Amino acid sequence: MKAGHWARDLALGVRFAFSGGREGWIRAVLTAVGVGLGVALLLLTTAIPSALSERDKRESARDDFTYTGKVLPKAGDTLIVASTDTTFHGADVRGRLLQQEGARAPLPPGVATFPAKGEMFVSPALKKLLASGSGKLLRERIPYRAVGTIADRGLVGPAELAYYAGASGLERHLAGGSVERIHYFGPSPGQQQDGLDPILLLLVTIIFVVLLLPVGVFIAAAVRFGGERRDRRLAALRLVGADGRMARRIAGGEALAGALLGLVLGTAFFLTGRQLVALLEVRDISVFPSDLNPSPALVLLVAVAVPASAVLVTLFALRRVVIEPLGVVRTARPPRRRLWWRLLLPLAGLGLLYPMIGQGNDNGNFNQWMVIGGTVLLLVGVTALLPWIVEAVVARLDSGPVSWQLAVRRLQLSSGSAARMVNGIAVAVAGAVALQMLFAGVQHDYTKDTKNDLSRAQMEISVRGDVPLSEVDHKLAGTEGVRKVTALSLGSVGDGPKNPATELEMAVGSCAQLAEVARLGSCRDGDIFRIVGDQYGGDTKKLIAPGRTLYFDPAYDGVSSHTAAWKVPSGVKTAAQREDPTGYERGGLLITSGALPAAATAGLSQKVYLSLDRSVADADEHARNTAAQLDPLANVYTLTSSKQSLQFRSIRTGLFVGATCVLVLIGASLLVSQLEQLRERKKLLSSLVAFGTRRRTLSLSVLWQTAIPIALGLLLASVVGLTLGAVLLKMTGTTVSVDWASVLSMTGIGAAVVLAVTVLSLPPLLRLMRPDGLRTE
Amino acid sequence: MTPPPGSLLAAENLHKVYGPTTALDGAEFSIHPGEVVAVMGPSGSGKSTLLHCLAGIVTPDSGSITYGGREMATMGDGERSALRRSEFGFVFQFGQLVPELTCVENVALPLRLNGTARKEAERTALTWMERLEVDDLRKKRPGEVSGGQGQRVAVARALVTSPRVLFADEPTGALDSLNGERVMDLLTDAARSTNAAVVLVTHEARVAAYSDREIVVRDGKSRDMERIV
Amino acid sequence: MSIGHTLLGLLESGPRHGYDLKRAFDEKFGHDRPLHYGQVYSTMSRLLKNGLVEVDGIEAGGGPERKRYAITDAGITDVERWLATPEPPEPYLQSTLYTKVVLALLTHREAADILDTQRSEHLRMMRILTDRKRRGDLADQLICDHALFHLEADLRWLELTAARLDKLAEVVTK
Repeated sequence: MKAGHWARDLALGVRFAFSGGREGWIRAVLTAVGVGLGVALLLLTTAIPSALSERDKRESARDDFTYTGKVLPKAGDTLIVASTDTTFHGADVRGRLLQQEGARAPLPPGVATFPAKGEMFVSPALKKLLASGSGKLLRERIPYRAVGTIADRGLVGPAELAYYAGASGLERHLAGGSVERIHYFGPSPGQQQDGLDPILLLLVTIIFVVLLLPVGVFIAAAVRFGGERRDRRLAALRLVGADGRMARRIAGGEALAGALLGLVLGTAFFLTGRQLVALLEVRDISVFPSDLNPSPALVLLVAVAVPASAVLVTLFALRRVVIEPLGVVRTARPPRRRLWWRLLLPLAGLGLLYPMIGQGNDNGNFNQWMVIGGTVLLLVGVTALLPWIVEAVVARLDSGPVSWQLAVRRLQLSSGSAARMVNGIAVAVAGAVALQMLFAGVQHDYTKDTKNDLSRAQMEISVRGDVPLSEVDHKLAGTEGVRKVTALSLGSVGDGPKNPATELEMAVGSCAQLAEVARLGSCRDGDIFRIVGDQYGGDTKKLIAPGRTLYFDPAYDGVSSHTAAWKVPSGVKTAAQREDPTGYERGGLLITSGALPAAATAGLSQKVYLSLDRSVADADEHARNTAAQLDPLANVYTLTSSKQSLQFRSIRTGLFVGATCVLVLIGASLLVSQLEQLRERKKLLSSLVAFGTRRRTLSLSVLWQTAIPIALGLLLASVVGLTLGAVLLKMTGTTVSVDWASVLSMTGIGAAVVLAVTVLSLPPLLRLMRPDGLRTE
Repeated sequence: MTPPPGSLLAAENLHKVYGPTTALDGAEFSIHPGEVVAVMGPSGSGKSTLLHCLAGIVTPDSGSITYGGREMATMGDGERSALRRSEFGFVFQFGQLVPELTCVENVALPLRLNGTARKEAERTALTWMERLEVDDLRKKRPGEVSGGQGQRVAVARALVTSPRVLFADEPTGALDSLNGERVMDLLTDAARSTNAAVVLVTHEARVAAYSDREIVVRDGKSRDMERIV
Repeated sequence: MSIGHTLLGLLESGPRHGYDLKRAFDEKFGHDRPLHYGQVYSTMSRLLKNGLVEVDGIEAGGGPERKRYAITDAGITDVERWLATPEPPEPYLQSTLYTKVVLALLTHREAADILDTQRSEHLRMMRILTDRKRRGDLADQLICDHALFHLEADLRWLELTAARLDKLAEVVTK
């Protein structure tokens, strides 16, 4: 019976929402678009975990590493896989050479048959790239004929570049790290599931909270679009006999209509967005539309919570509003906002987070619920504190030019609605600032500063030993865009032929090349040096004694080798240590090419440092092509001054994209309410212009009116964000330092939103200021 | 027809079309300093458009308007705005007081727009509020005062810059007889004391009776009753 | 209200018998107070004497009721002058004003001009009253207000009539 009343009034409200003529429709659609965008973002965010886990599943299903260090014996079900990963124009290309050894050899996921030698299966993205003009250089590096396509289940994302090519003779390279004999694809039993580590998990958790909270705040604001017109309609309803409670419920019904339509639109936006996601590639990460499946429980939650909260928010918003038959009265002076309970929220948040301080890196399993709870409370605290702060500050603002006075007085009268408008931005910025700070702090753990000296070399190439050093040197030196080649042969010498007790590293090359890795003094071809000054200097001295017999490439159990004996000649010179282009200070033995016994060459591998001429387009691609020609299994590294964990990079990208989307969304809602407010004041604006108010004055007052609450919001957001950031850093056991650059950039984005909103509301403002508003006839 | 000599503000042969409606179709007007002229006519006759044109708020499609011997058409928008700030005053029927500002701030607004310092502007505003007998409302906001009081505040605001022409568009339209009368009494007294000309658009005879003469606008054409009689 | 001018105005549309004149008058203006025959004949003989009408013809049977009257040029001028002269503003004016407006319409003159002229005259009176009121004491104010409200009512009626002239023209000229 009571429920019956509710249903009747809500239904009436729903009908009103759509029957208000053109204006009613526009308002309902506006609300729906707002709610819809929020819902779409909500669904998308809730779908991301499932997308990532689908991706992980497919990735581990094609694992081809045994992690045992041992070579399996050849059998009817074995397959040799060689990794030939490369990079092309900054994008990673996953490459595998396959050599089927038995009839029952496993097929990699997504591949129908084994490609013959010289043929390959390619991913659709790679196929497209190879066919395009820009893929010309890559075609030289991957010269195989495409005979098939890798199915989606063999790829982590639609944009992944990957191929499987047929090969032979791989068994000769089994000892190298990148060639393995396997009998199934999938995670190796001994392998630890390489899950997100606790700190990354913490980051991801907080990113979700930070992105979803403003969306919630936004939806709350969206259902209040068109508030003033609705008030008049409610008054009219009271006039024809509805009681106050009925009017409120009818208002709730109107909000419900917008929210329901918003759900429909949101689903449509989400489904469209999902298809578009396939076209997107964020830092090497792409997602199949079919991966973006929010879990049914979350979908149900969204479908119930959004309309329900729309009704509740409306009822809450109307609690201080008296709807009279002749108009809506906002209780003249709302009671002064009290501070204490507003402070409780963030304090409670801090209280939840506090016990986890210092649980840092050791094994740190954070209590997820406490982290989420604490973060949510802190951030919700922003929305509770902001209205109080805006009220308190605005009440103290006074003198200034007319535009300022107009804005300040307006804010003094309705500081609440002003604060509500910027709540979303404040929450988003506070969260983003905290995260940025956390990132900056944790960065050291995930970003390894390399010792690479980029002035000496920008690329390092490892080639198998059976390619002669002279050929490597010659071919690379002749490659377009290569300025200087430092090619060395690397190997080791031991004090015994098998399982030696002491082993020294060894480098072979010309005097000039060896001078890149040690300080030689004088050097002629035929010289031999021992390096002094390193921590193994004692071993070196002991082993490199004239007449002593040493063994090149000593053998170890289970690993094949090319051991050769060698008697240390007399006249070994000494050399001092020097950092090579990667910052490594080698020790042990240096042998000029002329002094190396022929028998020793078989056990060596070639290492090349390249200095590139960056002014030549695609210099590094040319170098990679030459390396692949020399040895398809060659490893090529581009030297950089630092290395970031890939996982970390993508999370960070996600945050930026998400925060920007949220801010743009909120900016749109700000614009809508701004325009609505301006329309309500059409007559006043016209009369102000009539008595000579400059347009500039009115435009500025619109700017102040948005800028003052947003400035306060950003200030509070920075404080809360920095606090939360500091707490999170303490939790991870990292030293607390403020990353001002990120604070500035996040608040800068917030400020840009204000500016954009003001600029976009200027044309309608100028139109509203035309004298038509004065016409009463 | 040339404007009578000595007129402060005069218009000849004004035409103005809003979309399909012809608001003015050859209207004439002139007013002398210190004169109160009522503009009468039925609804939709073009009274308000005439006022808007005379005040430089709306530019007529054709015709000439001279103020103090200067042709208004040659002035830019900024110049006309400046004129409205310093030489003209305005009273409208509705929606003219800024609801967020207190009454005294509303009255001081035109002075502030002219660059007067706030304290001084509010002091001057207060003397005008005293003359219009609303000085006790200075701290109140427009929403907290009655219609008649609000209109008197609006009159004070229109007069605070000591304008040479006061434009009043149905200034008593929303008031009862007694309040309307009071506003008219104060308005005309104040205007006469500063020798300001008043252009009074009204459809009420009792309000028009405060004028020195009346002009009737019908179908966008004006008749100056004094010249005809 | 001037019966003489009204009858003259009625004659402008063509010569009529005294009896016809009475009937036309009663139909258009005399809803509550029909004219007596005596009034018609005495008025007509005064107009005849002043040269504003002339006898157009006498029908067989004789007697004053058989005379047919026509308006003279002097009569037309007289009607013209009367219509153009505003009535002194006073309460209960409507019958005269109504007559004037209808006659203007009947004789295809500008009825709106009559209204404008009358309003101007009314306003002149109202200005005087307003001025007296502002100077006077409470008693003056109340007395003036009474007059002002009546005059205003006249004017309102005038405005309304002006707004309905087209409709009125249709009715009275059919």
